[in-house]
Amino acid sequence: MATEHELTPSGYISHHLSNNAVPVGDGGFWTLHIDTLAMSAILGVIVFGLLWLAARGVTSGVPNKRQAFVELLFDFIDGQVKSIFHGERHKFIAPLALTVFVWVFMMNAMDFLPIDVMAWIYHSVFGLEYWRSVPTSDINATFALALAVWFLMIFFAISVKGLGGWIHELFCSPFGSNPLVWIPNFLFNVIEYVSKPLSHSLRLFGNMYAGEVIFLLLGMWAATGLVGTFFGAFLGIGWAIFHILIVTLQAFIFMTLTVVYLSMAHDSH
Amino acid sequence: MNINLTLFAQAITFAVLIWFTAKFIWPPLLGAIEKRQKEIADGLAAGERGRSELEQASKRSAETVEEAKLRASDIISQAEKRATEIVEAAKDAAKTEGDRIIAGAKAEIDQEVNRAKEGLRQQVSALAVAGAEKILRKEIDAKAHADMLSTIANEL
Repeated sequence: MATEHELTPSGYISHHLSNNAVPVGDGGFWTLHIDTLAMSAILGVIVFGLLWLAARGVTSGVPNKRQAFVELLFDFIDGQVKSIFHGERHKFIAPLALTVFVWVFMMNAMDFLPIDVMAWIYHSVFGLEYWRSVPTSDINATFALALAVWFLMIFFAISVKGLGGWIHELFCSPFGSNPLVWIPNFLFNVIEYVSKPLSHSLRLFGNMYAGEVIFLLLGMWAATGLVGTFFGAFLGIGWAIFHILIVTLQAFIFMTLTVVYLSMAHDSH
Repeated sequence: MNINLTLFAQAITFAVLIWFTAKFIWPPLLGAIEKRQKEIADGLAAGERGRSELEQASKRSAETVEEAKLRASDIISQAEKRATEIVEAAKDAAKTEGDRIIAGAKAEIDQEVNRAKEGLRQQVSALAVAGAEKILRKEIDAKAHADMLSTIANEL
């Protein structure tokens, strides 16, 4: 089913892990991954459109099943945010958490689509040679989310404590306000501010990317013969089932970390 | 695995989705859920209130019944007392009346007896005068002996 022309293992894998990159200017940076953007935007429109439909017809009386499901999701997110963030959460933090969880979950869930079947569909139906289904296995997507959260973190830190308070905190925590420890404090905080978006985005990216690679390796095994097909299919099922957990768990972790980071930005030290 | 402009395009999509959720999805859900929570809480409170009111009402009614019973027994005992009083009074009145009647009758009897005695005395004195007249015939003057005869009649 794979549609690549050079049927070597590394060619197979690199084909599947190549984004549909469109250069929009000079240099490697001025490139857009159309597949990542399109898949995430389509998923966003579909899932938030559905949520919007449910939210529009919402009633405070007896809910129908659709509303009950959406309320279950709402209550789950709200409960998580409430346990982490102690402030006015309904204005921004909780909707943000819902957005992150639902969107990341949907983007991760694209991993359930059989990779070679989807490649064949993209190729023969849409005429797309390179097209990756899972936006969160593109570092740009996860880093975009993490970076947005990072800026929100700094924005909330400054808006809660004031610019002076934030700078004071950069130099005076965690070790104290003695001038001798200003430099260590600042270095500590810089490391923290650098490591937060990196760990935030790379955790999700790594999980989804590795998941895809394992599916690809199993697919390659399946191409080696009858025994390989059997074990490839058998282990593929196992990995797909385990992946249900990973997809949900990574979306949940990403959401939780988002709320934790923003909650920390609200706290004074 | 190269960082490029996709990063910013994706971040813009993210921002739009956050705005959309915060504006159109979260508030109606929150409103509906909070309204329902309030309604349920109100309903439970109303039920609790109704229950305590019912309890109080049943307590009050039991008290009223108890009071009514007490009053009824009071009234009955008073009525019994009054009845005995009336009976006693009637007995007394009857006895007095009887006594009065008896006394009247006795007085009448005495009067009759006296009158009869008077009559008898007069008849006896007349008889005595007549007897004396018969015995003495000529010499006796009725007028002259009338005082003596009445004295005799009084001694009878």
